[in-house]
Amino acid sequence: MKKYIAKRAATMFGVLLITLLITIMLVGSNMDTILKQGVVFQVRSEITENPEIAQSFSSVQEFEGYIQDRTDERIKNLGLDEPWYSPQRIGLTMYKIILLDFGQATFLTSDLGSSDVKEIIFEKLPRTILLFTTATILISIIGIFVGALSASKIGSTIDRITSSFAIISSSFPVWWIGMLMIFLFAFTYQIFPARATPDIPASSPEYLGALLYHMTLPLITIVMIGFGSWAYLVRNFMVGIMQEDFIIAKKAIGIKQSKITYTHALKNAAPPIITILALSLSGSLGGAIITEAVFDWPGMGRLYFEAITVMDLPVIIGATYILTVFFLVSIFIADLLYGYFDPRIRTNTE
Amino acid sequence: MSSISPQDIKKEFFKSKMGIAGITILTILILISLITVIIIPIETFQEWNNPGSWITYPKAAIPIWINLFLFEKIPEHKILTDPNIENISNDEINLSSYQFSFNFEYDQFPNDFIYSYSSEYINSPLLEMSVIRPDGIKMKLFSTSLPHSDVVTIHQDRIFSTDAMIKKELIINSEEFRFEIDNLSTEDVIFSKVEFNEPLKGNYIFLIDLYEINEKSKITESNLIIGGKAFGIMGTDELRRDLAIGLLWGTPLALFIGLVVSISSVTMGLIYGVYAGFKGKKTDETLMRFNDVIYALPALPFLIILSVTISNSIFVMIGFLMIFGWVGIAKVARSMSLQIKTRGYVEAATMMGQKDSKMILKHILPQLLPYAFASVAISVPAAITTEAGLSFLGLGDPSFPTWGQILHDANTFGATARGLWWWIVPPGIMIAITGLAFVFIGNALDAIINPKLKR
Repeated sequence: MKKYIAKRAATMFGVLLITLLITIMLVGSNMDTILKQGVVFQVRSEITENPEIAQSFSSVQEFEGYIQDRTDERIKNLGLDEPWYSPQRIGLTMYKIILLDFGQATFLTSDLGSSDVKEIIFEKLPRTILLFTTATILISIIGIFVGALSASKIGSTIDRITSSFAIISSSFPVWWIGMLMIFLFAFTYQIFPARATPDIPASSPEYLGALLYHMTLPLITIVMIGFGSWAYLVRNFMVGIMQEDFIIAKKAIGIKQSKITYTHALKNAAPPIITILALSLSGSLGGAIITEAVFDWPGMGRLYFEAITVMDLPVIIGATYILTVFFLVSIFIADLLYGYFDPRIRTNTE
Repeated sequence: MSSISPQDIKKEFFKSKMGIAGITILTILILISLITVIIIPIETFQEWNNPGSWITYPKAAIPIWINLFLFEKIPEHKILTDPNIENISNDEINLSSYQFSFNFEYDQFPNDFIYSYSSEYINSPLLEMSVIRPDGIKMKLFSTSLPHSDVVTIHQDRIFSTDAMIKKELIINSEEFRFEIDNLSTEDVIFSKVEFNEPLKGNYIFLIDLYEINEKSKITESNLIIGGKAFGIMGTDELRRDLAIGLLWGTPLALFIGLVVSISSVTMGLIYGVYAGFKGKKTDETLMRFNDVIYALPALPFLIILSVTISNSIFVMIGFLMIFGWVGIAKVARSMSLQIKTRGYVEAATMMGQKDSKMILKHILPQLLPYAFASVAISVPAAITTEAGLSFLGLGDPSFPTWGQILHDANTFGATARGLWWWIVPPGIMIAITGLAFVFIGNALDAIINPKLKR
């Protein structure tokens, strides 16, 4: 088991590094330009802040030359004179990012006005977790009950409705349903706000309440689209278990059907369900980008979308990193759970 | 893993209701695609983003069939291009009269009207526009003499309902109406009942008369647009584009994207997985590690970064979608080929010294074909929705009117807030229906291949 965990952890860490490397490679050249522009800007603003230096020049050429020299010097000091793809620079960037030092955002700021990428991300992340974790938990609870119910009455109306609802709901893009929900419940019937960002400042005490109220519509949408496929999945697991000998034996003894379904069968279906839960918790974070863009939910997904729109590279890199970390951690946990519940997996790979 | 013959699969497939439903929807979608490609001119597709080519259409117009359900009919947008031409000669004066006749049966005034023409003439003919209303009143609306020219020239112009001269001419006619018309726009007067300001239903004739002396000129192009609030089967969007055409073009595009992505990623995954499983040992280990890496990449953030930094061309996007599509299939294909490898006939063939490539192609891959077909069908919807999602975020290829692109435009112009449901609902339904067709087919195939699920 230990060897198995170590092996998986090593793979995951490798993936993390590769993801980071690919991201840096993709945005590297743009990043370089932006950093250099930043240096020039810094030098110029320092000069404007000190009128004495500015006055000491006799001609424009001299002034520009001075700026050029200072800029070059600083670029050299920062190591920016090497091309962005040089191993040292990539190594340094990756090292910084692993330690969560993402630098300063170019355009975006946090609600409190900070432009430190780490602060921006850690301000948005809890909101995404709040919305999507709540949604996933609701989805799994509803899904397990509906799934167990339809598994106990195979072929009944409830079972058929569940199965068709699962198939149909999984074909609709969540963000499109989101648009419809906004159309219906924010504009036609004005029950919920259309934009999910509360308009009161984050520091005020009513903020949490406002956030929860603004969360309702996206939450309903995600749960509505999500629970069908969960129910279908749980149903299929349960159907398999219900045909096992021990269940049939329990039936023969005369234990009530509902007790068999909800205790004995569900218990045995738990391992795969828990594994999938771990996976979908992280999967929901990745899928959040479009959903949050539609509902204007002030979380990681919208941050990511905004960063892409204005090409705020430090934010893009930081957010990708955090998303990847979450994704990998949950895959890792799912893997471990799977290996724990099903020893065959472990022995196979060892 | 079972070895069912293709005939059996076909027979079983057409027994399942789901399979038939899926095939039916798919056939309809393919027919729509074919009809679109053959009948709809390709220019509409190329000019989708060129506002100039949609200028005659109304802005954000509701579909016309909505009038069937409404008590108060919404005026339809009319583009009249085929006037009745009458030529009258009287001594020296020649009159060519172009008559547009149409029925106006709506409970709201039209938005506006525009007459655009191109005339071929010499000297300086007089152009006069007037209207004969259903109640018989004839009103002069406009008159101008075309710019003088000594040689034959072609002159193009437009007369808008907002033209000050029309307003003046109407005020001259103001005693016909029993209400104040000074502050009303021209179309609200021309199409109004005389007693009170309500639309007058019936047959209107717009006359364009060209008077000249001794010469014979003609209007080569002549069309009258009565601006309405309803147009086409699917309505139009904010940029005046006919949504029916966008939705039609979206069908072949979605099928193309979905099928190309899923077929190629399934093929890639199959070959990769089978090769890994068949070779075993070190090769297997290395290939599967690489597979794990791709599997653990967060797909959507990566697709976004790729489309922003490399290219948002639709073909490049298809390539990106393939990168993330083959991974799961490779895993299953590997474990399947591990099983097949142990079968007697494969071992026999190995002993006879068959080449690896032949072994894989002849003995292992054919066994996996049913599974491959099911995977193709199941992975199409994901490809379509992912592309739609990327387009929705504005990262798609703007030169292709995909359904996601239409929804992106709808979102940009605030269609939800403005209640333009005909801009939001149909593209989503099309995405879902296309997805459903393939899910149905995939599930039906899956049920045949894995009989366990049938219980």
